[in-house]
Amino acid sequence: MKTNDIILQTVAKLASLVILLFSIYIFFGGHYSPGGGFVGGLLASGAIVLLLLAYDLKTVAAILPIDYKLLIAAGLLIAVLTGAGALLFDAPFMTHTFSYFDVPLLGHTALHTAVLFDLGVYLVVVGVTMTIIQTIGESE
Amino acid sequence: MFHAILQISLLCVSISMLGLVYRVIKGPSAPDRVVALDAMGINLIAIIALVSMLLNTPAYLDAILLLGILSFIGTVAFSKFLEKGEIIENDRDL
Repeated sequence: MKTNDIILQTVAKLASLVILLFSIYIFFGGHYSPGGGFVGGLLASGAIVLLLLAYDLKTVAAILPIDYKLLIAAGLLIAVLTGAGALLFDAPFMTHTFSYFDVPLLGHTALHTAVLFDLGVYLVVVGVTMTIIQTIGESE
Repeated sequence: MFHAILQISLLCVSISMLGLVYRVIKGPSAPDRVVALDAMGINLIAIIALVSMLLNTPAYLDAILLLGILSFIGTVAFSKFLEKGEIIENDRDL
């Protein structure tokens, strides 16, 4: 029997975009308001899980051809490299710094190296969550 | 005055939560429990909004949107399990 779930699929298309935008907002707002890499990563994987619920594993793999285990490795590499980058400037491991820049669209903005570490956390959380869910979903 | 109004509405939402807990425990079928849990999520959102007004802080506003998204995804997953027996399919065209 073929079931027709076009309402769920249409809602999932729109809602997953909104959830992804919200996760990016929470990720970048983490320095001054509640949130950060962990919650943002969980929300991004929540958007992918909503697509997995509306469609199936093969379709989502065609939409997002990402190997999530590579995402974990890339996140850990970014986190370690931002920590080790402080050693180049004669500072202890994991020393972070920030400065003010004039970014074209955003104007006078404070850019902090901690956001790179947070990006590593974000990628690791997305990778671990999606690896767990995909591995459980694939087993028959 | 405003404080008293907020406390009265918190009391009302808590009473409706108790009614939903009764439905979750008693509900004869699984869909009854799923719908009651979904409504409990909405009531939790209302409680967070009222508490954030009582404490006079905007820090909980992200949690409201987060809880809405989570309760939606949870309800969709549960209803798909009830309909098809599996939550994430390998290939739906088979």
